[in-house]
Amino acid sequence: MKVIYILWLRQIKRYWRSKSRIIGSLMQPLLFLVAFSFGFGPVFEKAGGENYIEFLTPGIIGMSILFTSIFSGIDLIWDKQFGFIKETFVAPVSRYKIILGRILGGATTSSFQGFLVFLVSLLFGFKITKFTSLILGFVFMFLIAFVFASLGTVIASILDDMQGFQLIMSFLVMPTLLFSGAIFPLNNLPEFLKFITQFNPLSYGVDGLRWALISNSYFGGMFDLFVLFSVSLLFVVIATYIFSIIEVK
Amino acid sequence: MFIIEVKNLVKKFKIKNGEFIAVNNASFYVKKGEIFAFLGTNGAGKTTIIKIITTLLHPTSGEVKLNGFDVVLSPNEARKSFGIVFQDPSLDYKLTAYENMEIHGVLYNLPKDLLKKRIEELLKFVELWDRKDDFVKNFSVGMKRRLEIARGLLHHPKILFLDEPTLGLDPQTRNHIWSYIKDLNIKEEITVFFTTHYIEEAEKVANKVAIIDKGQIIVLDSPQNILEKTNTNSLEEAFIKLTGHSIREERGDSLDKVILRSRFGRS
Repeated sequence: MKVIYILWLRQIKRYWRSKSRIIGSLMQPLLFLVAFSFGFGPVFEKAGGENYIEFLTPGIIGMSILFTSIFSGIDLIWDKQFGFIKETFVAPVSRYKIILGRILGGATTSSFQGFLVFLVSLLFGFKITKFTSLILGFVFMFLIAFVFASLGTVIASILDDMQGFQLIMSFLVMPTLLFSGAIFPLNNLPEFLKFITQFNPLSYGVDGLRWALISNSYFGGMFDLFVLFSVSLLFVVIATYIFSIIEVK
Repeated sequence: MFIIEVKNLVKKFKIKNGEFIAVNNASFYVKKGEIFAFLGTNGAGKTTIIKIITTLLHPTSGEVKLNGFDVVLSPNEARKSFGIVFQDPSLDYKLTAYENMEIHGVLYNLPKDLLKKRIEELLKFVELWDRKDDFVKNFSVGMKRRLEIARGLLHHPKILFLDEPTLGLDPQTRNHIWSYIKDLNIKEEITVFFTTHYIEEAEKVANKVAIIDKGQIIVLDSPQNILEKTNTNSLEEAFIKLTGHSIREERGDSLDKVILRSRFGRS
């Protein structure tokens, strides 16, 4: 427990000390909020949709968590390049603790980032009615963050260089975002796209957030929870397996 | 009685066309309390062997025991017995010196009070106590190395591995570091296992020397005996006589080559 805690704390300290990173990763979601809510909002509402900012906010929160959490895997690549990985790998601790400390750290900072976006969205007129929905919202924010922080860590554990990581990310992140229902609703999509979105963990994350924050769900909140939990577990198991066999050259 | 036992160790790396044998059937034993120097050119297999002994790489075949524990079968027990200072730094630059020490202490499960006491003691020992709250990224090469040494000692290891501990340091700092290490060897009875390019350092501090060439141990004895056997006046001469080349001959680190190959698929 202490090992997981100290490695978690390390991630938090590193995050908190780079204020530019915090502000920087707030800019993109802000831009999306402005552009989409003013650009698409009127069209969406004219077409018979409800309040667009209400629909969009959970999506943008999901997006910002997706970006920051999956890129938290990059910390692992830094650790490989700066050698800190060796310090943890020669220590007498199980590899799953090293993994969990890392992923929990990345998930905490990313869900905090999501919380910041939530605060900003209040300025754009987003409203929540119940305190419980806020708590439930946090749960989903953290789960989304956990799923993608573990995915980022899995990918980073098999790669050694920054460029490779960035490349894979750029292939992965945009489709994950676009086919998740974060920006537009899933119900009117053609069948084959609907089919694809079912395999996207972010679909369940964003849906769960909508369920929690605006009581509107496509898959059903409990099912979202179940999927996110299972995927988290799967990724942690994969990451632990990879960590247990990799050699440090 | 032997704290490090290496028996018929082989390590092969897969490369594009075939295999590269980095360690070729090496065997050696280190007694408790010895200062053991491991000499060889770049690419001779020193770092690979250290990485296998310290559980970072898996042996292709052979047996390695640390403090009686097999490094493959019970890695965590083996890991408790040693501290290591790597050739390349392994500190977290975004944390302070103190925080780096603290993480290490928790990883090795030191109780809180003892950890505090021990960090203070060691940071004073390597003369970094007044810089304890500075970020490591602002440290010089020598300071980082000293911090790594302090960190490697935090959990009272029985064996201290030092891979090129004085590489890239000025003579004054080098002397400093060696006097720390000799001190430790005497006071805390730590077994010291080190590699170096500075053959005169090995001659001065080590009581056992192993010379490795092309992945094989070609001699293992006390410096005096090696000089007598080869009928030479210095280890440097003995090294040339035994291996046919000088220790500073650069052949490129074998591991570097493997990494480059796996990264670029050629070269």
